[in-house]
Amino acid sequence: MTDTATTLSGEKARIGSPSIAGFTEEGENLSPLNEDASPLGGDASKAHSHGAAAGIPQASRGERPTSYDLADFPALTGREEDWRFTPLKRLGGLHKAAPSADAPAVALAGSEGLALETVAMDDARVGSAGVPDDRVSANAWNAAKEATVLSIPAGAEGAEAILTIKGDSSEAAAQHVVIVAEPNSSSVVVLDHVGTAVLAQNVEVDVKEGAKLTLVSLQAWQNDAIHTSAQQAKVGKDAYYKHVAVTFGGDLVRLTPSARFDGPGAEAEMYGLYFADAGQHLEHRLLVDHNQPRCKSNVLYKGALQGKDAHTVWVGDVLIRKNAEGTDSYEANRNLVLTDGARADSVPNLEIETGQIEGAGHASTTGRFDDEHLFYLMARGIDEKTARRLVVRGFLNEIIQKIGVADLEDRLNETVEAELAATEN
Amino acid sequence: MSTLEIKDLHVSIDTEQGTKEILKGVTLTINTGETHAIMGPNGSGKSTLASTIAGHPRYNVTSGSILLDGEDVLEMSVDERARAGLFLAMQYPVEVPGVTMTNFLRTAKTAIDGEAPSLRHWTKDVKAAMANLKIDADFANRNVNEGFSGGEKKRVEILQLELFKPRFAVLDETDSGLDVDALKVVSEGVNRASENHEMGTMLITHYTRILRYITPDFVHVFVDGRVAEQGGPELAEQLEEEGYDRFTVKA
Ligand SMILES: Nc1ncnc2c1ncn2[C@@H]1O[C@H](COP(=O)(O)OP(=O)(O)OP(=O)(O)O)[C@@H](O)[C@H]1O
Ligand SMILES: [Mg+2]
Repeated sequence: MTDTATTLSGEKARIGSPSIAGFTEEGENLSPLNEDASPLGGDASKAHSHGAAAGIPQASRGERPTSYDLADFPALTGREEDWRFTPLKRLGGLHKAAPSADAPAVALAGSEGLALETVAMDDARVGSAGVPDDRVSANAWNAAKEATVLSIPAGAEGAEAILTIKGDSSEAAAQHVVIVAEPNSSSVVVLDHVGTAVLAQNVEVDVKEGAKLTLVSLQAWQNDAIHTSAQQAKVGKDAYYKHVAVTFGGDLVRLTPSARFDGPGAEAEMYGLYFADAGQHLEHRLLVDHNQPRCKSNVLYKGALQGKDAHTVWVGDVLIRKNAEGTDSYEANRNLVLTDGARADSVPNLEIETGQIEGAGHASTTGRFDDEHLFYLMARGIDEKTARRLVVRGFLNEIIQKIGVADLEDRLNETVEAELAATEN
Repeated sequence: MSTLEIKDLHVSIDTEQGTKEILKGVTLTINTGETHAIMGPNGSGKSTLASTIAGHPRYNVTSGSILLDGEDVLEMSVDERARAGLFLAMQYPVEVPGVTMTNFLRTAKTAIDGEAPSLRHWTKDVKAAMANLKIDADFANRNVNEGFSGGEKKRVEILQLELFKPRFAVLDETDSGLDVDALKVVSEGVNRASENHEMGTMLITHYTRILRYITPDFVHVFVDGRVAEQGGPELAEQLEEEGYDRFTVKA
């Protein structure tokens, strides 16, 4: 069991190794875009990393280029800070040619009065909450033929929507989804990804003033699916946003959920649960951008791994910018490795630019379930099967309980059971 | 009355240098109601004996037998042994990630009894047992042994002893690493367990201090993988003064 945890509060805090302004590990910054737009930069920016890849310096997360124009992102080499864990060969070409196949179908089930709209990419709501910050996302943005929009009306209470996104093709496709939670609405939205696909996706989430939105992105793909998804949220004044990523299926899944605040007093909770089997690559890269005062964020991702070459990557970037006084933030990632041959990378990055905060902390643990654990439990009368289930269920349950959607919780519990049953044969 | 019979037990382990014999013919019989202290130098095989009784897969029994009321314990899996009434308080209790104490205790109790305990009584029993052993109530929400101090782990072993009510308990250096007060608290826990239900105890220790709280009926001197001498409580005092020289220096 390795354990690294740091908690900071009060005084101005600086973590990590110094970085040179304008330089990344690859040399010069990839693109000078948005240089002026970033209040973080130069000597004040610090990065921090742990885990297998500890020690590689990284430019501030706040300096990463963003653009709607694909030409602003150089072709990927796999050495980029944000792609260094991803096997590009298995991306199904999503980072190369424009993905031109039809996007998976989206079907809505949910509260009365809710409806999906299909709009052109020049609709005002497209681009309201996100700007691509990597090449694959920009590629998808440009290639998307249309956008699917779901709006939760202002003042709606307890609205529920399940968007089933069902893929049936292995040709590269781009998809654009926009979810707008109008002011003072409260809702739960589920993106349920099933079937198979080679899909580059952008999901924009606009949580307007005083709105409460829980967005669950469930990756329940078949074994061969390839899926990248940039899920960018803008969280308005006094709004509440809960994002839950649940990833079981697919050959390669790479989710980049982010939350940016758009007014003070907002709160973001970002939870995740992943279960990687032999050969799967499941990657989650988070960003919480504290660019407003008095906002709160809490991040917790938990993952279980089993089987040869099961690989998970978790990177959690939390940026607390100069003007974000009164910030309260915590992020943690916990992995449980069930068998030999699996690998979990975990890199929390906390960058703090102001001392006027309530608190900021991070933690990362990767534990192994081994024969000694099994012996201990069995020496107390618990049979082997129950012992394994006890450990994995107990571990993942903390996240499942946070979803707050009973049907989905049941379904996830069943999925965990099925995953466990798979190792027993 | 129940009997745990260990007869001419030979145990070896596989090491990188090949097979190594650790137990070289252990014979020992414990009846419920009796307390047997086992004392012996480091590396003499005491933990090996304890782990072999519990069924740890690392230890290979090459000959001999362990019988519980005539039933072949060596034929049983680890969990079957526990359900048959054997309990091992480990020298180094294992941290189990992901499982809370509450969940663990309930699951184990259910497995051992063959039915779930009545929720109301069980919660009360656990609370009371924890209070008796001066274990803070919020340990219930923590993962099994995770981050517990050495002494806390030992208390939690005895907590399980009290809750699971085994017929035979093997306590492997439960007293090591305990402060003076904790030693008393833990000893009282063991005594409560043997008062509340009939239990045979094998108490592995290096110190006579614990034997002032838990009085042994028999003391066995364990040297080089076998019992070298047996006696009453006075043997422990003698060992404390003289050490193990006279057993280890071969005639
Ligand atoms: N995995 C192993 N590889 C090599 N030797 C081992 C292994 N496990 C146990 N041994 C050896 O077996 C012998 C007996 O060990 P054991 O732990 O049973 O002793 P002990 O009497 O409990 O000692 P202590 O009083 O220090 O707890 C020791 O010499 C030990 O080094
Ligand atoms: Mg020992």
